[in-house]
Amino acid sequence: MSVLAVAEHRRGELRDVSLELLTAGRELADDLDGELHAAVVGGDVDAFGEKLNREGVDAVHTVDAGEEFNHDVYTQVVAQLAEELSPSVVLMPNTVDGMDYAPAVASRLDRPLVTDAVALDTDDGLTVTRELYGSKVETTIDVHAERAAVTLRPSEWPTAEGVGDATIEAFDATIDESAVRSTVTGFEEVGGGDVDITDADVLVSVGRGIEEEENLDMIFDLADALGATVSGSRPLIDNGWLAKDRQVGQSGKVVTPDVYIAIGISGAVQHVAGMKGSDTIVAINTDPNAPIFDIADYGIQDDLFDVIPALIEEFGG
Amino acid sequence: MKILVTVKEVAVVDDEFEIDGLGIDERYVTADLNEWDEYAVEEAVQIKEAGDDVEVVTVTVGPEGTEETIRQALAKGADRAIRVWDDALAEAGLLDPETKAEIVAAVAADEDPDLVLTGVQSADDGFGATGVTLGEKLGFEWAAVVNALDLDRDAGVAHVRRELEGSVEALTDVELPAVLTIQTGINDPRYASLRGIRQAQSKELATKSLSEVGLDAAAVESPLEQTSLYEPETESEATVFEGSAEETAGELATLLREKGVEN
Repeated sequence: MSVLAVAEHRRGELRDVSLELLTAGRELADDLDGELHAAVVGGDVDAFGEKLNREGVDAVHTVDAGEEFNHDVYTQVVAQLAEELSPSVVLMPNTVDGMDYAPAVASRLDRPLVTDAVALDTDDGLTVTRELYGSKVETTIDVHAERAAVTLRPSEWPTAEGVGDATIEAFDATIDESAVRSTVTGFEEVGGGDVDITDADVLVSVGRGIEEEENLDMIFDLADALGATVSGSRPLIDNGWLAKDRQVGQSGKVVTPDVYIAIGISGAVQHVAGMKGSDTIVAINTDPNAPIFDIADYGIQDDLFDVIPALIEEFGG
Repeated sequence: MKILVTVKEVAVVDDEFEIDGLGIDERYVTADLNEWDEYAVEEAVQIKEAGDDVEVVTVTVGPEGTEETIRQALAKGADRAIRVWDDALAEAGLLDPETKAEIVAAVAADEDPDLVLTGVQSADDGFGATGVTLGEKLGFEWAAVVNALDLDRDAGVAHVRRELEGSVEALTDVELPAVLTIQTGINDPRYASLRGIRQAQSKELATKSLSEVGLDAAAVESPLEQTSLYEPETESEATVFEGSAEETAGELATLLREKGVEN
């Protein structure tokens, strides 16, 4: 009973989540007493194939099909590989590209799909742990099927290390070009502006808790008083209250300042992905259960509209 | 041209809550239109306003209690709504993306839309898979996590941007008919006007059972079974400052100065 892990790459780089899938895949394969297969589709498949040959990988399948991700190609290739290898579990990343093909693969193979897994267990059939309501609760889902597909949340498993002794083989997939009805015409970096939040020593970062756009004045006053730079979480950028170049998080920037002050930010996983490497994290939030306190070093569980003016005063603002 | 938009009512959970079996105790839950769907509805309505002869139809899998939420979408400019529900659905366990996509696909087969817009995910279960599953089932093309859409109806192509990780966007051309999953921030969703709210009351909201969309109760059988729901153990090791706002701000100021923060 084998496991197939599908790698992800973009613009010439194998993405870390690929190696995380190998770690999770090896654990699953051990539980199932089976082999771990990895697959890489498109790009520099020979170089990627070598990189995927980590300890515990039994076979790497390379498919030379285009330079960049295309979901129509991926869906066809992964479905064919899965039919050939018949793995118990197909592991794919719960990334933006993973979300663009994994559901189609599962549906085409008639396998149940569980997305965004944070833990896997095989004690009594496959059980997947995932989060609900923006990480407020966790749930377990039992998969009553012989074969399944699961997407894994990035950064939940360590990357696989070491060099393995996998066979690296080209897989000859048949691609029906008439079924490729979308084309990636290019990539664009966004959020390049005057402000470089990745360069700041101190970030005053603001989230949904600020409630109104005009309340941002207070945040900029605080940043002035502290000699800090203002950044923000996704809702403020979605609302157009802050420019894209100030967005911290998975779809924004990854920041590692000396001090990160999170104000009215609940700490969704997408946000945490962008700031967890900060040296000192301070959280100010009325909700004592907010996930931001799980990674904060210091916290104030109080109304930001009381705390921030007092803090500005402390710094003579 | 017809645009189908999936609309879901989601449970918004209070900061403080209790768990009741496999769900959240209803006392701590309020219902709202899924945030991502709000952007999908707005995108559809903007296409309608910019072009001729566009009909926007919403589709919901949900009980009668969701009609107030569905009317919100009608008040913002959708033309009519379809709601699928019956006893089999009410008694079903987990409604996974496969099940939901099968139901919406059955509605779509009847409605024959040119474009289907869904939210990227729902705020409650966050599977993020229904839209792409739907595309696959319908034999439509698709694109996930779209944060810009430029529709070329004459050429039958949607020029979209997919929001990737790390401030990068993939520019993608998608042939129609297509399913696009819409990311927050793609537009600026409007508030319903009083006139819109009044008009929504008289817009068609059709209710259909599974058999009326051509499915039977087998459609809601899922190999996925939710077996537990619990609050994750908090791993917080944060030093929490206690006291009045002045006191906590004072302690934080001391800490920040120790860390070298000073203008």
